[in-house]
Amino acid sequence: MTIRGLSKRFGSTDIYENFDLDIPRGELITVFGPNGCGKSTLINMIAGLIPLDAGEVLFDGMRLSEIKFGYVFQNYREALFPWLRAFDNIAYPLKLMKVPKAERTARVEKLVDRLGIRLDLGLYPYQMSGGQQQLVSILRAFVVEPEILFLDEPFSALDYEMTLFMREQLQRLFMETRTTTIVVSHDLEEAVYLADRVLLLSRHPARVADFVPFDAERPRTDAVLSDKGFVQTKAHCLEVFQREVRRT
Amino acid sequence: MTPGRFDGLLPFIGVFCLIAVWYVAVHGGLVDPVLLPTPRAAFDAFIKGMTNGKLGHDFLRTVERTVWATFFAAIIAIPLGIVLGSAERLYRSFEFVIDFFRSTPASAMFPLFLVLFGVGDGTKISVAAFGAALVILFNVAYGVMNARKTRLLAAKAMGASRLRVLFDVMLLESLPQTFVGLRNGVSLALVIIVVAEMFIGSRDGLGHSVFEAQQLFDMPRMYAAIFAAGALGYALNLLFQTVERSFVHWGGR
Repeated sequence: MTIRGLSKRFGSTDIYENFDLDIPRGELITVFGPNGCGKSTLINMIAGLIPLDAGEVLFDGMRLSEIKFGYVFQNYREALFPWLRAFDNIAYPLKLMKVPKAERTARVEKLVDRLGIRLDLGLYPYQMSGGQQQLVSILRAFVVEPEILFLDEPFSALDYEMTLFMREQLQRLFMETRTTTIVVSHDLEEAVYLADRVLLLSRHPARVADFVPFDAERPRTDAVLSDKGFVQTKAHCLEVFQREVRRT
Repeated sequence: MTPGRFDGLLPFIGVFCLIAVWYVAVHGGLVDPVLLPTPRAAFDAFIKGMTNGKLGHDFLRTVERTVWATFFAAIIAIPLGIVLGSAERLYRSFEFVIDFFRSTPASAMFPLFLVLFGVGDGTKISVAAFGAALVILFNVAYGVMNARKTRLLAAKAMGASRLRVLFDVMLLESLPQTFVGLRNGVSLALVIIVVAEMFIGSRDGLGHSVFEAQQLFDMPRMYAAIFAAGALGYALNLLFQTVERSFVHWGGR
């Protein structure tokens, strides 16, 4: 994915000014940066949810409308459709793609099967725990076999126990599908733990402060959190972050 | 506080107290028995009226008019509310007019509707429908406008067209508020119908029954008719609540 000359203003503030970025295929990228620097704005613009003032985003030379993508919101409660059962929530994007009903059912079942997810999909979202609801959101994003997946602080509304569990789920999904994935995070530990590369943004107008690779083998476990490589990478990211926060 | 074994009986305490006060007031000579008959006399008049008297017929006529009024109000106001609500600038353009007429007592419109529809059911039903429609319209439009932005974005991100978003998301998002509108609308329709039955040349209906009993000084019958109107209002509310609960199972969760 290539971003060229991206610009965005909110009122009199330049959030992005002539911003360029290349994201390699098949990697999991996490986005981290100071509060209000435009982390979520970046993926919202890439995913076409808010318009760009200038610039373009291409995926292997194709426009957003030509590719399949998935988007997972932070607020799963408001992102799922409470009037549909979990199963139908997951199948909904396929319905929009005019996939026949029998095939929709088959594809959802295949996805759930392949990922070994144990969930009662006959329940309505409000009958599920927060983590289960977010898992349903993630499955909904995966069901179209997206070329790229966006997650906007997907676990920040969950408690710590559930967050740890969901990180594992996301990692498994990623290993299974190798879908290019961009995760916005406000938790540095999570950002490094999940990432192939951590995209560190500066204060606005946002620049790439650093694009830090982290190549610990997957599946990563809690043990990774105390690895030398992890600790060093995290320390480096923190240093860059602090430098950006202090810059006026 | 833990719920006790007899908590199911709590609502009956108020009813019991009311009847007790009534009984004491009549038998203690606190009120003129001509103005307030005994609970027993009123109850007998109610049962007799409902089973083989005219009250049962009046009751059904009022139900019929209220149902028609609410029905017409709903088929006009719900689609209109969806259209206005989905285009917020359009709604803002009409907001003042809607609020103005929503605030106008519908009874003030009786003479106008009499001129338009003549003396008959048409007038009663149309005034009630007018009042109810504005309440429903306002609620539906707000239901659509207040659809969760995230949900709309989610549908958009999945590639839903504007029309799909309207039918698959906004419409369902507005349902809980639509039911609020319908419940308020049917209550208002009943109020207007009963008043119309009293004063716009009626030969039947609960409003007519109350008014006629008062004119004839048949107090037990008057109380019976008042009670029938109350029971009807309560039943309609309960009915809509039940339908809402099974239809909008996700409401408030």
